Amino acid sequence: MGNHRHWGRGLKPAKFAYHAANSLAEALSLLTRYAGEARVLAGGQSLIPMMNFRIATPSAIIDLNRVPDLAYIRRDNGIVRIGAMTRQRKIEFSGVIAETLPLLRDAIKLVGHLPTRSRGTIGGSLAHADPAAELPMMLQVLEGEVVARGPAGERIIQAGEFFRSPLATALTSEEILIEVRFPVMPGNAGYAVEEFARRHGDFAICAVAAVLVREGERCVKARLATSGTGPVPLRLKAAEAVLEQKGLGNAAIREAAEAAARAVEPMSDQNGSAEFRRHLTRVLTGRALRRAAEGRAC
Amino acid sequence: MNGTSYEARAEPRKLLVDFLREDLGLTGTHSGCEHGICGVCTVLFNGEAVRSCIMLAVQAEGAEITTIEGLAKDGNFHPLQAAFHREHGLQCGFCTPGMLIAALDFLRINPAPSEEEVREAMSAVICRCTGYRNIVRAVIAAAEMMRAKP
Amino acid sequence: MTGARHDRFVGQSILRREDRRLLTGQGQYVADLVFPRMLHAAFVRSPVAHGRIRAVDLSRAKTMPGVVIALSGAELRRLLPPVPDTQLSLPEKWCTTVPHKLHNPQQPLLATDKVRHVGEAIAIIVAESRYIAEDAAELVSVDFETLPAVVDAEEAVKPGGPIVHEQLRTNVIGEFAIAKGDVEAALARAPHKLKRRFYHHRYSGIPMECRGVVGVYDQRTDSVTIWSSTQVVHWLRREASAILDLPEGRVRVAAPDVGGGFGVKGHVYPDDLLIPFLARRIGRPVRWIEDRHEHLMCSTHSRDQTHELEIGFDNEGRILAIRDQLVADCGAWNPIGIGVVYNSAVHLTGPYKVDNLAVSARLVSTNKVPSAPYRGAGRPEANFAMERAIDLVAGTLALEAAEVRRRNMIPASAMPYAIGLPYRDGEPIVYDSGDFAAGLEKALAAVGGVEPFRRRQHAARANGRYLGLGISCYTEGTGVGPFEGALIRIEPNGKIHVAGGACAQGQGMETIFAQIVADAWAVNPEDVTITLADTAGISIGFGTLASRSTVTLSAAIHYASEKLRKKVMSISAQLLQRAVVDLELRDGGVAVVGAPERRVSLAQVARAARPGWDHGRPAGVDPGLEETHYFEPQTVTWTNATHAAIVEVDIETGRVKIEKYAIAHDCGVVVNPMLLEGQIVGGAAQGLGGILLEGYTYDAEGQLLTGSFMDYLLPTASDIPDMELIHLESPSPLNPLGVKGVGEGGAIAPPAAVANAISDALAPFKVEFNQTPITPERIVRAANQF
Repeated sequence: MGNHRHWGRGLKPAKFAYHAANSLAEALSLLTRYAGEARVLAGGQSLIPMMNFRIATPSAIIDLNRVPDLAYIRRDNGIVRIGAMTRQRKIEFSGVIAETLPLLRDAIKLVGHLPTRSRGTIGGSLAHADPAAELPMMLQVLEGEVVARGPAGERIIQAGEFFRSPLATALTSEEILIEVRFPVMPGNAGYAVEEFARRHGDFAICAVAAVLVREGERCVKARLATSGTGPVPLRLKAAEAVLEQKGLGNAAIREAAEAAARAVEPMSDQNGSAEFRRHLTRVLTGRALRRAAEGRAC
Repeated sequence: MNGTSYEARAEPRKLLVDFLREDLGLTGTHSGCEHGICGVCTVLFNGEAVRSCIMLAVQAEGAEITTIEGLAKDGNFHPLQAAFHREHGLQCGFCTPGMLIAALDFLRINPAPSEEEVREAMSAVICRCTGYRNIVRAVIAAAEMMRAKP
Repeated sequence: MTGARHDRFVGQSILRREDRRLLTGQGQYVADLVFPRMLHAAFVRSPVAHGRIRAVDLSRAKTMPGVVIALSGAELRRLLPPVPDTQLSLPEKWCTTVPHKLHNPQQPLLATDKVRHVGEAIAIIVAESRYIAEDAAELVSVDFETLPAVVDAEEAVKPGGPIVHEQLRTNVIGEFAIAKGDVEAALARAPHKLKRRFYHHRYSGIPMECRGVVGVYDQRTDSVTIWSSTQVVHWLRREASAILDLPEGRVRVAAPDVGGGFGVKGHVYPDDLLIPFLARRIGRPVRWIEDRHEHLMCSTHSRDQTHELEIGFDNEGRILAIRDQLVADCGAWNPIGIGVVYNSAVHLTGPYKVDNLAVSARLVSTNKVPSAPYRGAGRPEANFAMERAIDLVAGTLALEAAEVRRRNMIPASAMPYAIGLPYRDGEPIVYDSGDFAAGLEKALAAVGGVEPFRRRQHAARANGRYLGLGISCYTEGTGVGPFEGALIRIEPNGKIHVAGGACAQGQGMETIFAQIVADAWAVNPEDVTITLADTAGISIGFGTLASRSTVTLSAAIHYASEKLRKKVMSISAQLLQRAVVDLELRDGGVAVVGAPERRVSLAQVARAARPGWDHGRPAGVDPGLEETHYFEPQTVTWTNATHAAIVEVDIETGRVKIEKYAIAHDCGVVVNPMLLEGQIVGGAAQGLGGILLEGYTYDAEGQLLTGSFMDYLLPTASDIPDMELIHLESPSPLNPLGVKGVGEGGAIAPPAAVANAISDALAPFKVEFNQTPITPERIVRAANQF
């Protein structure tokens, strides 16, 4: 919501029709029926504030909270499959996630506060695509993909293609995100997430997440992503290349941090100028890489 | 609601906090911002703390909700209430219902927290009066009481 | 009365009686009140910062089902009597002593011809629910001729720009100057001078409970009850009685539980008057509960001052002269007049001896939300300028900032010390008591001492870590007049009922005044009822603001008790057949000194006091056991404090961590130490929020950019450190209990203490932080990190 210019409108939602969908098929058919005028309600932690401010005034709400089988955490060999309606709080305390995706567990503690994680869902956060949110960055850095279902069937969208612009994704107005998939993190991966926010729980002014796999002095795989520093969460591929080519020494890390700072296209707003965000990208990339390179430190 | 069943009707757009306060007359839960940030409206929803100003009343269908009115048993303070009283963890009292419920949820997950963990957890509710020092002390004191007498 | 104080309860950390209802959800705030057939109001508010209202079309709103009434400013003006002058005025004595100019544009209850800030109310809708009222408000269309907005005070004083109140032909709506000694000569002679611009930004109290008013009309008695989340019930009643054209006796104003005030609720707002007016007109209760978005754009803002300060000093760092020119941006209206800015002027030199001083001040209108007092009320802004200047003086001379303070502080031996300027009550300022230097030493000791810190700081810098120590010292005038009222009555059952003009917003007044009464009457606090914030309790009162209620109400209680005690004693003397001099108050009654079993209870005395047949009063003693006293303090009594902060600054991210925060505070005799600490820590937390997080910002068109809690950042439990509190006690000689005010003090010093600490931490970069807030980006830029 940020710098939105409200002009004295109140804080109660406008009227809407409410549908508690009992199945995914029902939810999809309602979405099609409303032709772009309906919104899907998952956790509501982003949507309902917007509706209270009347920034969002959908004709209808399609509530997914009663659709069965949309919330689960399953390990399927090398893939972790998380139902889109899985609460962030469940992810935070999941033994499966702690074992397979420890970086996701670390990052999710930065998402709002426990009471917002009680309702907020992973699918909702990804579909909302706030450019300063942590979970979209996780999808990028962990090379995840989402499963979308629409009238034409199901399709898989890779992280790199999912986020289009602030608050906009590749989902059509008739699709619902139903599952999020992540490859299990390598057991020997070093990882870290560094975030700078004004207060604990706030959206990121700048966040950087790193996963590193080393073999001796070499870095065989580096994945870096950032949030808060541009219109979409960005994979920092140039920085990754530096590490994979030059290793994890101080000089390489500094160079990677420079590459990361060059790659982002931040905006200026009340919380910081573009130059500040670019600077933070450099700083936080360095810090994330140093921690990740030390091993599984948190 | 606090152990009693209710049946009601609500307009879809009616916020859960307004429904609790107006339709059920449970004015103990307060509305501080109506956009889900200050945490003053926190209630337990199926045992988990949630911000009731960013939930719809209709979502409460079939749910078990606990509000501040449900904390004391037979007129006896819950340990959190007793601790807030002893430690002077409230002044104007407006954020207090949210603080108590957020603390209750947190202590169930983390029964023996460090001071830093308490500060981090209680950052979920904003207080303008106390400066938080006594709230932190109260939550730590309550945690001790609750561990001693589960 | 000599020897009558028992002091069994004053000085004890008695737990609060307010807590039970608040902890169990049984508090009653204004939004909790329900009346049969109650209606709900919503306002249509201006989307533009400055414009002429050409037309307001309510036609679609009026016909929406559930809407009962919709009114524009023009329509309302036809229905209302002339709006009274609601501005808080300063006494005649000040007005004739201090040369000043003050315009007083009166804010209408709804904007009629012009809007002057985004959020200003243009029309009101009253409907069956708030949801419906807001739906209807969306259907209102307003035709504006948009005018250029003026959003900067320094721009606003330049000729040729937009004028907020055109009839004044200027945006300078107030000005004054005070002086002592000969600043020109002293500055000219001074071996050293420095001149800086200090800016203290706009922020405010942001209580967790927004404002709210419910008006209830009683047809049978043609009277109105107003429930308002306010700090000033009697002032509101006075204004409401004029608007309603009813005698005060038929207007009752009460504040139920109030969720924080901090000054923001300390004056009469247009809606406090409009809502009851409509309630009477419609004949049904009408309620308006402010939502948070409205709060941020129409409840009063504060601070927002620029000081151009020049200071002359000698080689030892002794201050020779100060000249300060200050400009305060008071927004579109000015409900509190000149008091806040005058506070800034006279609190500027604080605990320091400054013989040559000249302060000139201007209040300037801009197209922003009106300003009013917020905890500190002008003192934080002055403290910031002065304490930053002290540190700069120290830096110039390579002296420790603490040492410069010591060299300039007025010593305890000099008390009472006249500083040579009048307070805003018109009386000469005399620091009545206090040991400023002792406070400074104790605060520094609490953070580990200066020398040990310098060693740590030096070692840390070698490791690329930046630690800083910052100090701020202030004095504060508390317990200001004009008066406060207390009514004491002994009930037939012997319990003591006290009603007072003070209003509580969480300070624990019901508890502390019960402690005071219990000691005065030798009863237990449980035997005392305290009624506050209700014009039905006492007919004349002033209200709670300016750290005044402990001082003024305790004194009023004391003197009312004195009067009543005389009566109780003469009746008891009759009942016990002993001379008054042989009797004492004891255990809820009156007993013979040395023979406590020879006693009468207060209930027996009350029965004897009654009028009519078979009473027990001696001749010449009037019936009833009730006395009222209005305490009119001669002037304010002075508190002081030192805040000391140790911070660590991460120069790469700009994050500031407060490692230690200590407050050495003197507020005279302490009634309840636990509640006192709560006030200080709460105030300090707000001060820390002010310097590091909070702030109202506007764009060039006057659009408020901080209209939600996403943008206006309040400190949370993670942001406020634990604090060490040290108490000094210099009893006030100006009131019977020796107490001083404490409500505001905590918020005065943190901005300067933290700014000094950050500047100290970043000393290697030779930067000065002379503006608030200090954001991470400003720190990183100052440290040349990009």
